Amino acid sequence: MTTATQPREALEKVDLWLRMYRQMVAIRQFEAQVNELYTRALMPGLAHLYIGEEAVAVGVCEALERTDYITSTHRGHGHCLAKGASPDKMFAELLGKKAGYCKGKGGSMHIADPATGNLGANAIVCGSAGIATGAAFSAQRLRNGRVAVCFFGEGALGQGVLYEVMNLAQLFKLPVIYICENNLYTEYTHYSETTAGDILARATAFGLEAASVDGQDVRAVHGTAQRLVGRARRGEGPAFLLCNTYRYHGHHVGDIKREYYRSKQEEQTWKTERDPITNLGKWLIEQKLADASGLEWMQTELESEMKKAVDFAVTAPYPSVDEVDQDVYA
Amino acid sequence: MPEAADRELTFAQAIREALAEEMRRDDTVCIMGEDVAEAGTPFKVLSGLLEEFGKDRVLDTPISEAGFTGLAVGAAMTGMRPVVDIMFGDFITLTMDQMVNQAAKVHYMSGGKWRVPMVMRTTMGATRRSAAQHSQSLHAWFCHVPGLKVVLPSTPYDAKGLLKAAIRDENPVVFFEDKMMYKLKGPVPADDYTVPLGVADVKRVGGDITLVATSSMVQVALGAATLLEEIGISAEVVDPRTMWPLDEKTLIESAKKTSRAIVLDEGYERYGVTAELASVIATGAFYDMDAPVKRMGAMHVPIPFSPPLEDVTVPTEQTVFESACKLCGRS
Repeated sequence: MTTATQPREALEKVDLWLRMYRQMVAIRQFEAQVNELYTRALMPGLAHLYIGEEAVAVGVCEALERTDYITSTHRGHGHCLAKGASPDKMFAELLGKKAGYCKGKGGSMHIADPATGNLGANAIVCGSAGIATGAAFSAQRLRNGRVAVCFFGEGALGQGVLYEVMNLAQLFKLPVIYICENNLYTEYTHYSETTAGDILARATAFGLEAASVDGQDVRAVHGTAQRLVGRARRGEGPAFLLCNTYRYHGHHVGDIKREYYRSKQEEQTWKTERDPITNLGKWLIEQKLADASGLEWMQTELESEMKKAVDFAVTAPYPSVDEVDQDVYA
Repeated sequence: MPEAADRELTFAQAIREALAEEMRRDDTVCIMGEDVAEAGTPFKVLSGLLEEFGKDRVLDTPISEAGFTGLAVGAAMTGMRPVVDIMFGDFITLTMDQMVNQAAKVHYMSGGKWRVPMVMRTTMGATRRSAAQHSQSLHAWFCHVPGLKVVLPSTPYDAKGLLKAAIRDENPVVFFEDKMMYKLKGPVPADDYTVPLGVADVKRVGGDITLVATSSMVQVALGAATLLEEIGISAEVVDPRTMWPLDEKTLIESAKKTSRAIVLDEGYERYGVTAELASVIATGAFYDMDAPVKRMGAMHVPIPFSPPLEDVTVPTEQTVFESACKLCGRS
């Protein structure tokens, strides 16, 4: 697919671009299955879809090592998958099955996996800011060279603990990167109604390295994340990365009638003009790094993988009732 | 056991010795909190630790209880054993999300995959003329939360052994120290020993009435027992030492033996730990009881500043003595 006329950088990174494309498609298809499971009443609880924001999780996690740490949010499926979680165990957890990542005890909002450095998704808004900062603290003290990434939505900017830990991170020069995913809506309220002043200034006030990036452009996210992860790993301190993105679906699957807080036109514009998967695909084809049929084949292949993972989860057994009081204490 | 020790330490010295021994034994143990380093806390409990272990392991933090407690949760999950110092127990309110929604639940929510081996040390206790925001004993709040362990030492010996056990525990442990007991002296062996969490201790053997007492109330119960002895009532004083895990068996056995029980705690009586302890006894020793279990805790008021007002808010030797007399039909 590649030719000698392409820029050297694109050639060197073609594997990375294709991997990121695949990862974003995988997340979107995973979430499409979640939507399906939820609307068919096969999935209990709540489902907060990450569709539209895939470039953030993928761009950031591709800049990390497997042993690096992440913390995630209630809208966390994308982060967990991007950090290396396997869809079958994810679906099993979402359905409350024993084979799930947390033996069915955590569910959609609490996927955790030590094998991929995932300290856990958190259902308290900003609930994991302390945990991520602490993981960076131990990485520094134990000198294991790891970094910690804290994903959170712009709604978490309203929580005081974020500013407490950013202050601590800068005082201790911790290898932590705070990734603010601004999808414009704090649940059902536009972020401008809840966020005074300038977002980046909140981080620079503490002396953190701060950057803002188009969260729909996975190459831009990855490039900036790589720079910030690199400096954190070198002991140059914490950083804050604002990713401007968009949530295609409602706050959760049941949030269908959304016109009172945002227009269909707005949604349409983001989907048609700024879709991270479509745009990366176009670029890959333009650069002659991929062709349309190849990308389509990838999509079909992932679709069948996701269906298999769903089948695994649907047929997997529930935990036995006598497990209810296990794992309360270590 | 205490009798074997040939030296005495104060409660504060015992805490410091436990921390120092554990920090020498295990490099991953560190201390963080407000004014813990050079100042050694306002109560001077940690004096000398900075000099021995340095700033990397004895860390002064900003006044950000939620922030540094949350940091400790993450550090504990990833290989450290942090000990967090919350200067006044009243300030645990600021750490509640980190302790209740994070520390307590991480192990369970992750299906047992992540662990949070951290200790939160904090204080409790009234009668220090510190008024409503520096005098509460709020341990009952944490006892209510599955996933946390709660320790209330009452002697220097227990303080050292229990704190060492708490630091070695794989779970988040909240360790409450009564501010008024820091100067209390008692025998403490210089050896490396632990007191297991979940084992009660009979502080005084008696046959007529059981006084179950926690933390500061153990000394009150022992004082009341001396007064009761003078009028021929033999009181047994049982200290559960940890609120969770709870040694129900020892409490029930003592109540069965004496057939009467008072449960004493410095936390609020309403919905407080005395309710749980009384329920354990009332259920477990029902057929052996000659009287209903009596509960005594702090009055249901914010702790007042004015000394004569503050003094009536918590049980005293005299009020315990009177209640015991009544329960034994000797009023």
